[in-house]
Amino acid sequence: MQSLRRSVRFLKSIGSSRCPTAANSLSTRDFFTAINGSSAAKTHVSSLSVMRMASNEGFPSLSLLNQPCCPGLLKMGAVVPPFPSRGMTTEGHRVEAPSHSSGAPAEPPARIKFKRLDKTAKHIMQIIDKEATEEVNGQREIPNIKPGYIIQLKVEVPENKRRVSILKGIVIARRNAGLNTTFRLRRLVAGVGVESLFPLYSPNIKEIKVLDKKKVRRAKLYYLRERMNPLKKK
Amino acid sequence: MSMEAGIGVMGTKLGMMSYFESDGKVVPVTVVGFREGNIVTQVKTQATDGYEAVQVGYRRVRDKKLTKPEMGHLQKVGAIPMRHLQEFRLQSVDGFDPNQRLVVDEIFQEGDLVDVSGTTIGKGFQGGIKRHNFKRGPMTHGSKSHRQLGSIGAGTTPGRVYKGKKMPGRMGGSKRKIRKLKIVKIDKDLNVVMVKGAVPGKPGNLLRITPAKIVGKNIPKN
Repeated sequence: MQSLRRSVRFLKSIGSSRCPTAANSLSTRDFFTAINGSSAAKTHVSSLSVMRMASNEGFPSLSLLNQPCCPGLLKMGAVVPPFPSRGMTTEGHRVEAPSHSSGAPAEPPARIKFKRLDKTAKHIMQIIDKEATEEVNGQREIPNIKPGYIIQLKVEVPENKRRVSILKGIVIARRNAGLNTTFRLRRLVAGVGVESLFPLYSPNIKEIKVLDKKKVRRAKLYYLRERMNPLKKK
Repeated sequence: MSMEAGIGVMGTKLGMMSYFESDGKVVPVTVVGFREGNIVTQVKTQATDGYEAVQVGYRRVRDKKLTKPEMGHLQKVGAIPMRHLQEFRLQSVDGFDPNQRLVVDEIFQEGDLVDVSGTTIGKGFQGGIKRHNFKRGPMTHGSKSHRQLGSIGAGTTPGRVYKGKKMPGRMGGSKRKIRKLKIVKIDKDLNVVMVKGAVPGKPGNLLRITPAKIVGKNIPKN
């Protein structure tokens, strides 16, 4: 299964040399690792395709894409998947492939071993998540927030208010969950300690500025709740 | 028989994640992917079959996996070998030809309401408390019945247990439909649809997605 994925990326990197690809960090990995023993399911099919491939050797052209099963560029007759599409389908986005910003491939190729449904599922989920976080990262600059940092946030509250709330407090916890990564902020509001939970990639958070970093020896600083230090920082 | 509100598609559950709406609200979404498929394999009409329906196939497989009768049925329209065939019963079958590929973008838009049906997660043989939300007995104070059924009927009259009495048994693994889920996003690149809320089954499960049947709107009141 692993090897199939590598083989797909291998082909993609070849294909990407021909096809214009948008700069996508996902694609910039050349996977020239040899595909060890990717057990070819159909040897007779692969022999057919190897013949076809021999005609345009070294040219993973679009004609390649039109064939249901991709010929092996590799000698072991391993049937290598067609030009990868980012979706789950076995049909190529064959015509549109060159215009694709090549995301990491996820599709099980036709006529060859189909990946287990939940494995492709996880793969696509990873892609979606990664893309979403990268998109937000590109828009706003989001620093790395760890527990113990003193933070100043500019949050926009969408309840009929524009640009309010500069919140300042200490990060006491951070929970990593891809796009839904959240962190807890503890601050003193009118003499009362208040903890709030913010999604890191929320479009409401306009700016995050790190003011100070305190040395802590824990990932979750819940002990601060009992402390109630009168200082603004804690 | 009950009809669908419109042609639907089949999809695969991929997983769940959160999606930020433009105003910052976080919605939990299920990501539904589409394998190669959603090709019309047969159009049934009143004249030939007695009812109007469109048969759609899903999920390409290897030739070896299908029996010859199944392959023959698909080859009659010249379709690829597909594993799942489901019918969508419609009021009018115009506009559907055999071997027509159904594109999700054309059928559904963002903001549509859909019904999603699928096989739920199997839970095995389960007792009354989990299966039918029975209440358990006291845990202390000398009680000897904690998770048992309790009484299952009256006395001499009727002198038997009624049919359909809720008892332990196999739970889950059945087909269920979740109604009126909103489509949050359609991603053409990845061929993926994001639906708000949860759907039956685990990632990898086959789903049947149809436009929501809202009486008075899509369905004729009769």
